[in-house]
Amino acid sequence: MIVFENVTKRYKSNVALDNVSVKINKGDFVFLVGPSGAGKSTFIKLILKEIKADKGTVKVKDIDVTKLSARGVPKLRRNIGIVFQDFRLLPKKTVYENVAFAMEIIHKPRKLIKKDVPQVLTMMGILDKANKYPDELSAGEQQRVAIARAIVNKPRILIADEPTGNLDPNTAWEIMQLLNDLNQHGITILMVTHAKDIVDKMGKRVIAIEDGKIVRDEFGMYGYQEALAAGNESAFDTISVNRRRTIKRRFRRGGGR
Amino acid sequence: MRTLFYTIKQSFIQFGRNFNMSIISIFAITCMMMILSLFFILAINVNAAAETVKGEYDSIELFLLDETSEEDAQVMIDDMKKQEGVADAYYKTKDEAMAEFKERWGENGYLLDSLEDNPLPNSVVIQIADLEKADALAERASSYEGVEDVKYYKGTVDKLLRATRFIQISAVIIMIFLIIVSIIIVSNTIKLTVFNRSDEISIMKYVGATNWFIRGPFLVEGIIIGVISAAIAVGVTAFAYDKLVDAVGDQVYSMLSMPMVPGDFLIYNFAWIFVALGVAVGSCGSIISMRRFLNA
Repeated sequence: MIVFENVTKRYKSNVALDNVSVKINKGDFVFLVGPSGAGKSTFIKLILKEIKADKGTVKVKDIDVTKLSARGVPKLRRNIGIVFQDFRLLPKKTVYENVAFAMEIIHKPRKLIKKDVPQVLTMMGILDKANKYPDELSAGEQQRVAIARAIVNKPRILIADEPTGNLDPNTAWEIMQLLNDLNQHGITILMVTHAKDIVDKMGKRVIAIEDGKIVRDEFGMYGYQEALAAGNESAFDTISVNRRRTIKRRFRRGGGR
Repeated sequence: MRTLFYTIKQSFIQFGRNFNMSIISIFAITCMMMILSLFFILAINVNAAAETVKGEYDSIELFLLDETSEEDAQVMIDDMKKQEGVADAYYKTKDEAMAEFKERWGENGYLLDSLEDNPLPNSVVIQIADLEKADALAERASSYEGVEDVKYYKGTVDKLLRATRFIQISAVIIMIFLIIVSIIIVSNTIKLTVFNRSDEISIMKYVGATNWFIRGPFLVEGIIIGVISAAIAVGVTAFAYDKLVDAVGDQVYSMLSMPMVPGDFLIYNFAWIFVALGVAVGSCGSIISMRRFLNA
């Protein structure tokens, strides 16, 4: 489903990915772990063609991403759903509208939107929240909306970038159950995470990246002795995200105080 | 079709959300366009004037002594017609000359009625096809017997053409400058909307909306700003120019012996040019402002 062959990506003198080869199969559930700055984000950005590899090939669903023209990028991304740590819901749209938006902008017929959106909201267990706005929801519910939006166009691949980073352990676990269900339905899942307990508990394939190299690729454990340090990092990320949102909210309100 | 509807609806929503900024930029671009139209009108009038002058002065006029007969004149005409670079040559009686004079003076023509005798001489008019040959022809003509004076305006024509070209080139440079400034104003305004909607845009990109789909509403927003500005500018200019022609058109005519380009004609043509310009300025501005956001 996703194939990296000898992929290298540099930012100026900094090597983000160094001759990486890896294959993620259809139906896999893969955790991508490693310290901050190890190359995880670069890995995802290459799949989405947000950036271009310096060397090697990246293939997604038989599409050679490295050779894809700018015109082909939207088509590629329609095959991939994405969920972020900070949800990225549109605050002025209701839950329903947020999910429908993903269908509208790729010109899905209105009839289909009316059928699919409630369906996927039911799947995520938030149909009763359809007419609420994101800031009326709990973090866990917001992440469910984000997942609903990511899968409503029925992508074959779901990329989740620290989807549980902003959630308390119980909610995080609920989200993991949802992702697992999706995986059971045949969606390939690639999840970036720092959450040791989740990785350990799930017992899925774990790819560890350090300094731009894949240092481990096996089923099972998070495997970092310095898990605590990584955990702190994740906590730090969370704080900064929250802070950013507060600042943004203040800005929207028209500054001051 | 639905996409088009969505695009237009979004663009109006954006325009509304960004209303103050939109109005300010419409105001600024309207001002730009009015200055632009000023130069445009100037250039067109100068151009028209130059054409008139060229048409009037690319001729040599031989004023004949009173005792020169029409037959003598005919000899000159025949000789001139044989020369290279002559388009036509004909005899003009003093009465014809007087009639022309009166026409040129227009309303003030009655002043000429008080003259008892026609003081104007008979003349031979030589239309020149090739201005390069004008000097030689003038010289040849002055050697004819019975010619009192040769009126020939090559120097004037040259000077006038040079002045015209200068005015035209400066007008074009200033217009280009103003257009660039307008594009920058639009692009800054659109950038604000883009910034306000950056979350939405990033989600659209992740879900796989095409760049043109994302760009659409901003493009239309820019075009709305451009077209409204152009429409206001054209309206104001048309009104002002009409009044101007009414007020000073006659004076200009009697002073420079050429008419101003009539308002209706000018406005009709330049309304389209300006609306097109508005569209171009608006779309360039928004495409520029979107460029950074759509890369990657």
